[in-house]
Amino acid sequence: MFQFRLDPASGVPPYLQLVHQVRQSLLLGYLREGDRLPTVKDLASDLALNPNTVVKAYRQLEHEGLAGGRPGQGTFITGTLSPATPDTHKALRGSLERWLREADEAGLSEEAVTALVAVVRYELRKEGVV
Amino acid sequence: MTPALQADRLGKRYSQAWALREATFEVPAGAVVGLVGPNGAGKSTLLQMTIGLLEPTEGRVAVFGATSRANRADTLGRVSYVAQDHPLYRDFSVGDMFRFGRHMNPRWDQALAQQRMKVLGIPLNRKIKRLSGGQQAQVALAMALAKRAPLLVLDEPVASLDPVARVEFMREVMAAVADTGLTVVIASHVVSELERICDHVIVLTEGRMQLAGQVDELVGCHWLLTGPRTGARAGFPGMVVHRADSDRHSTVLIRTHPGRPALPDWQTQPVGFEELVLAYLQRPAATTASDPDRAQRLPGSVTKAVSR
Repeated sequence: MFQFRLDPASGVPPYLQLVHQVRQSLLLGYLREGDRLPTVKDLASDLALNPNTVVKAYRQLEHEGLAGGRPGQGTFITGTLSPATPDTHKALRGSLERWLREADEAGLSEEAVTALVAVVRYELRKEGVV
Repeated sequence: MTPALQADRLGKRYSQAWALREATFEVPAGAVVGLVGPNGAGKSTLLQMTIGLLEPTEGRVAVFGATSRANRADTLGRVSYVAQDHPLYRDFSVGDMFRFGRHMNPRWDQALAQQRMKVLGIPLNRKIKRLSGGQQAQVALAMALAKRAPLLVLDEPVASLDPVARVEFMREVMAAVADTGLTVVIASHVVSELERICDHVIVLTEGRMQLAGQVDELVGCHWLLTGPRTGARAGFPGMVVHRADSDRHSTVLIRTHPGRPALPDWQTQPVGFEELVLAYLQRPAATTASDPDRAQRLPGSVTKAVSR
């Protein structure tokens, strides 16, 4: 079962934190179509969270086409955010990891890496790639 | 639909001093309301008039459409209440407390009370005085829930508990809300713990309402502006809630329409729940008064433009 968490210090409203976690997990392949989300009562009780907030988050996910309720069964993931297959995802993750290790050995700071990614994306976008 | 809770210019005076004045608000059924304010702000006075332990000096408060009256059985029966010190008879066993509850309450749900103790691992034959503070709070909560009233009022319910017991207590409350659609009012001054629990909030200071409304709507119509210092008379599109000036720059919290205001000279940021509540808690009570244009109905509507 998917595990939600709440960061009280983030300043992000709790319902949005839940929505973000589902989106992020879909992007990373941790959640897939057909997976069941916790019931409103279970999640409210686990996190000591207002059930109205859980309902609001699930409604937002339904609105985005990412989840849907099945009467009597609960809420299920119905959409996907990442078109890549799990294998492609794994391969891309591997090459990114190798690249980041190289960048680290070359002495690039986190800020420099972020800047480099932004510049390359910008140039690729000009070519109509990304 | 009848609101779960409706107060209309509600006030209470103790001899010369007003503990609460001009409290007007509505809470829809199924809401979880945080009642926030420093000690002496009038929170307990408001709660006690709601549950029928105190008679208002002026105005009225109604629970599901029926006006609350002090010491009337029908008023007392409509509301469950857990006081801060979880009053229980120390020499009673848990089972004795439940027998007592059954005699006092016509709709008493004995199965529910016993089931909760079973899940929490609290034996029915254990004396109250042998229970931990967290367990005593759970017994008090189980008794309130077994009363099967549509409104649950909690006055600083976790103030005396350790962090683990606090979470366990709130878990039970949230599960009950999910199960039964219960309406809950929780008085607290721990603002940081309220955001995950409440969907509505009422802020009181010095006996006056500072803010009332649905949390997401309130957060959505407040903006934090940062920019070069301006004169005190600078106009803003909305009401100035709080402002802080340093030598060269100003930070201003405004209440305005939903949607980011277009202010070229200011950097505009959304504001978090805790920051918002703290800003209202710090406002001097004199700035609120009983301005009839100040919208205090739930959900919070937009106030007229005021510049100071």
